Amino acid sequence: MFPSQFGYHKPGSVAEAVKLLQADPDAKIVAGGHSLIPAMKLRLAAPSALVDLSGIESLRGISVNGNVSIGAMTTYAQIRDSAKLKAALPVLADVAYNVGDPQVQSCGTLGGSLAHNDPAADFTAVLVALGASVKAVGPKGERTIPVEDLLVDLLTTSLAEDEVLTEIIIPGGTSAAAYEKFRHPASGYAVVGVAAAVKTGKGGVVDDAKIAITGCTSKATRAHAAEQAFIGKPLSAESIAAASAVAANGLDLNGDHYASADYRGHLVGVQTRRALERLA
Amino acid sequence: MVAEKLVGQPLKRKEDPRLITGAGNFLDDIKLTGMTHAYVVRSPFGHARITSIDTSRARAMPGVVGVFTGEDLAAVNPLPCAWPAAGGENNMNTPRVLALGEVHQVGDPVAVVVAETRYQAKDAAELVDISYEELGTVVDAYKATLDGAPQLHENAPNNVAVRWTCGKDADEVSAALAASDVRISQHIVNQRLIPTSMEPRGSIGRYDEGTGDYTLWATSQAPHVHRLLITAFILGIPEQKLRVISPDIGGGFGQKIFCYFDMPLVLWLSKAVGRPVKFFEDRSENYLSAAHGRDHITDVEIGASRDGKITALKVDTYANLGAYLSTVAPGIPTTLYGRMVAGCYKIPAIHVNVTGVYTNTAMVDAYRGAGRPEATFLIERVCDLVAQETGVDPAEVRRRNFIQPADFPYDTGIGMLPYDSGDYEKALDKALWNSSYADLRAEQARRRAKGNRKLLGIGLSSYVEVCGIAPSKYMGAQGWGAGLWESANVRIHLTGKVVVTTGSLPHGQGHETSFAQLVGDELGVPFDDIEVEWGDTLGTPFGFGTYGSRSLTVGGTAIYKSTAKIREKARLLAAHMLEANPEDVIWQDGKFQVKGSPESSKTMQEVALAAHVAYDLPEGMEPTLEATTFYDPPNCTFPFGTHICVVEVDADTGEIDLLRYVAVDDVGNVVNPLIVDGQVHGGIAQGLAQALFEGAVYSDNGELMTGTMNDYAIPKASQLPVYELDRTVTPSPVNPMGVKGAGEAGTIASTPCVANAVIDALAHLGVRHIDMPITPEKVWRATSAR
Ligand SMILES: Cc1cc2nc3c(=O)[nH]c(=O)nc-3n(C[C@H](O)[C@H](O)[C@H](O)COP(=O)(O)OP(=O)(O)OC[C@H]3O[C@@H](n4cnc5c(N)ncnc54)[C@H](O)[C@@H]3O)c2cc1C
Repeated sequence: MFPSQFGYHKPGSVAEAVKLLQADPDAKIVAGGHSLIPAMKLRLAAPSALVDLSGIESLRGISVNGNVSIGAMTTYAQIRDSAKLKAALPVLADVAYNVGDPQVQSCGTLGGSLAHNDPAADFTAVLVALGASVKAVGPKGERTIPVEDLLVDLLTTSLAEDEVLTEIIIPGGTSAAAYEKFRHPASGYAVVGVAAAVKTGKGGVVDDAKIAITGCTSKATRAHAAEQAFIGKPLSAESIAAASAVAANGLDLNGDHYASADYRGHLVGVQTRRALERLA
Repeated sequence: MVAEKLVGQPLKRKEDPRLITGAGNFLDDIKLTGMTHAYVVRSPFGHARITSIDTSRARAMPGVVGVFTGEDLAAVNPLPCAWPAAGGENNMNTPRVLALGEVHQVGDPVAVVVAETRYQAKDAAELVDISYEELGTVVDAYKATLDGAPQLHENAPNNVAVRWTCGKDADEVSAALAASDVRISQHIVNQRLIPTSMEPRGSIGRYDEGTGDYTLWATSQAPHVHRLLITAFILGIPEQKLRVISPDIGGGFGQKIFCYFDMPLVLWLSKAVGRPVKFFEDRSENYLSAAHGRDHITDVEIGASRDGKITALKVDTYANLGAYLSTVAPGIPTTLYGRMVAGCYKIPAIHVNVTGVYTNTAMVDAYRGAGRPEATFLIERVCDLVAQETGVDPAEVRRRNFIQPADFPYDTGIGMLPYDSGDYEKALDKALWNSSYADLRAEQARRRAKGNRKLLGIGLSSYVEVCGIAPSKYMGAQGWGAGLWESANVRIHLTGKVVVTTGSLPHGQGHETSFAQLVGDELGVPFDDIEVEWGDTLGTPFGFGTYGSRSLTVGGTAIYKSTAKIREKARLLAAHMLEANPEDVIWQDGKFQVKGSPESSKTMQEVALAAHVAYDLPEGMEPTLEATTFYDPPNCTFPFGTHICVVEVDADTGEIDLLRYVAVDDVGNVVNPLIVDGQVHGGIAQGLAQALFEGAVYSDNGELMTGTMNDYAIPKASQLPVYELDRTVTPSPVNPMGVKGAGEAGTIASTPCVANAVIDALAHLGVRHIDMPITPEKVWRATSAR
């Protein structure tokens, strides 16, 4: 496993990182390196230089005040172990604990996961379900992008080559959220992952809900049909059954030699039911 | 004080502190002065004609020392195949060092770049311009034999590499089937596996211009054998002009038995460029082109009585051997599979037909268990099919068909050596007891009655395997191209310290520890004073290496016999020193003593000193204490046991949870129980991974779809159960220590055990068989009839 030759930069600020990216269009950001470095070793990626964000302190950290804000360079391990997050939005720690293995959790970053947009990533679906958005800084300044708009297609985002994803913001108001993951026996990635988040009002009626699917679509995708099946009703055995029955409807499911599209569709239904049962 | 016996103690492995703290010396740790690096350009196509190769751009790259193609090595012979199937048809095709004219699998080596660094070699390799004309591909062993399938080799019509049968006449067995009350037929696939040892493969070649000597460092399970094959068959240089060294080896599982292209290649390159050359494959290269295992497609017909006795077995197997024959490939699906299909059972009529087939895939050869896992999977599935069909409990079916203790030595009638010893029922009963089998069945019935969505499955596997692969006479008759004995040299130094040189080759089995235990007891020398050496052909007797669980049974016996020779010589010297009659001097409590007067004694160390200084030796005695033994055993050994696995299958998703794993193994006498347990643990993990996770998948055009660990599912700790191990002890009469071998048992037993458990969980839904790996999707399809 021997990558092609590449240069290396370690900027101290986001502005400096943006400058480096502007100066060399073939350079790439490296965060935890757990997606990019393997690709370089297989020579599927051959950037001219790496711009390492690990020296930029402002990109790390977790704050909770109504909204939850997480710096792009925050690792899964930091999310997994954060007492603040466990109190505010326990689903995040739960998901972080289920990403890869402890080594991956120690290195992989939330920003890297979103910027990479692996079709089987866990947090992409979870953040879609939570209605999160990200901040990105480029030559023209800062902008805010809803995660749903950030994720364009397989391994493709709406970030420009010279933009740095700096922060993830999760709005408050979620009553409960859960993530159900069916792991691939080799990679540990999701064969199917279902994230569900609800806002419930009086009498347990669901005022709003988002369900997002990962692992079997080209990017994390909303299961609108399932959402509509129980919004406006309380979560009950009937509404959950109705939602899981239609969860795979309208999704463009992919299959491979390990799991066919049919089977993944079946799993979407089962896992949607299980996720919603945990919220009920 | 009587020293406690070392044999039988669970001593921690001597080698572990070195190996697990990074102090080992593995092939890629070796750096020679002036060493260059080779990177191999491989075929991206499963089958193609090479129309042109242009190396000029690569040659111009920085650091490049040389670029070579098959044309440059045209005078070098292809690799040898050392084990054609005796009594069968063998249409032999073996790989060339670098392909010439045609490639037959993705990953076939086509050109090689030698450069100052590995990075430079790889950068330049990307610029070797090769054009190909693509040819048709076939990856499935059965389809490859059909008329109209793409042909790989001219001398192998319908891609048939090997045709072989054993057992009774096919018609006779058909008649026995027809006469049976119960008849079952089943199509069974034993999928292809990729061995995946922790360390991949590699080699370093160094040519000495002054002496004309070559040295090869290789990840080799059998350095003497490789020296022989490379010198006499491939490069045509005198055997004494090559020294082969195996450094520490990070696991092999059989994959490092074989002779690979890179071994002669680095030697040839070293002479060509005048500098040492290292080749070390990365994991992707290993997956693509090192030998794979298993890959059988079998149709089995079973005859049985209504009370579950197996009356006839007819087996028709297509064994995928890959693009060429690897070093011992034809021997595996024939001698080591076909002749073992009877398992632990008395089956009066057996016929086995094996067709070995060329396909556009990586070569297939021995992989941990080699033939016996395939045979055991087959016969243990057969037992469960008979149970299901007759309604007799699976444990009872096994019991009713077992070979009985009084039957040993037992000849199964299909050309295997006679099974040495066994008490199959004892191991079965212990496993049933340890698992509380009756309670498990009751719980299963309760769950079924309640319609519980967590389906309970109980799987059994009673296995017997053949270990201590030998004797030479038998193996020669099976087509094996050499003897299969083992050597050992034991010497006691002047200071009383002992060096044991073995022709076997540890690559994770703990020889340094087990052999020291054995020698310590026999020579009365402390464990820490014994050094076990191996792996260098320089100045050591020929040895055959480690595979087929033969190190202790064959190599250990050679050591044991050497210690006996030394002890006898030392006894005579001790008598001389004690001024006693030799007849009156005995070995007792780890010392030489005059019978009846234990105060009159000499230790082995005292005798060793006297033997070395040689001031006063008995008339005619040579100095020193040293003995060499070449041991060819009279028979193989046949370990056995019963494993039981309990699974829970999620009826909604098809997910499989391993609740319990109970193993009762009989490996004869045990030298180090800790090491045996470790071997069994690893073996079970590897075997159950075949049942549930692993499987190499090729696309129709010969691309390996499971080319990385992201796709190919080797088991992780989190996917494995807690093992509940136990043993019965039936000593082998074949060797003086009564040992049977423990390296492969776990792998052999666990695959059918786990598969049977999952299928048992679904049996009440009408499921009879599911091919491996049994993934959740396959369970879901089998139960929802999709
Ligand atoms: C063995 C293994 C198992 C894994 N299992 C899982 C799993 O189960 N679930 C899962 O979700 N993931 C899994 N992963 C992937 C892991 O989560 C990755 O770490 C993650 O997808 C990428 O994060 P990173 O920080 O490593 O990014 P990097 O690899 O450093 O970068 C990935 C991409 O994102 C870009 N990038 C990174 N940060 C930024 C930024 N701030 N702004 C703009 N662009 C940026 C990079 O340029 C690069 O293109 C696994 C990885 C491994 C090696």
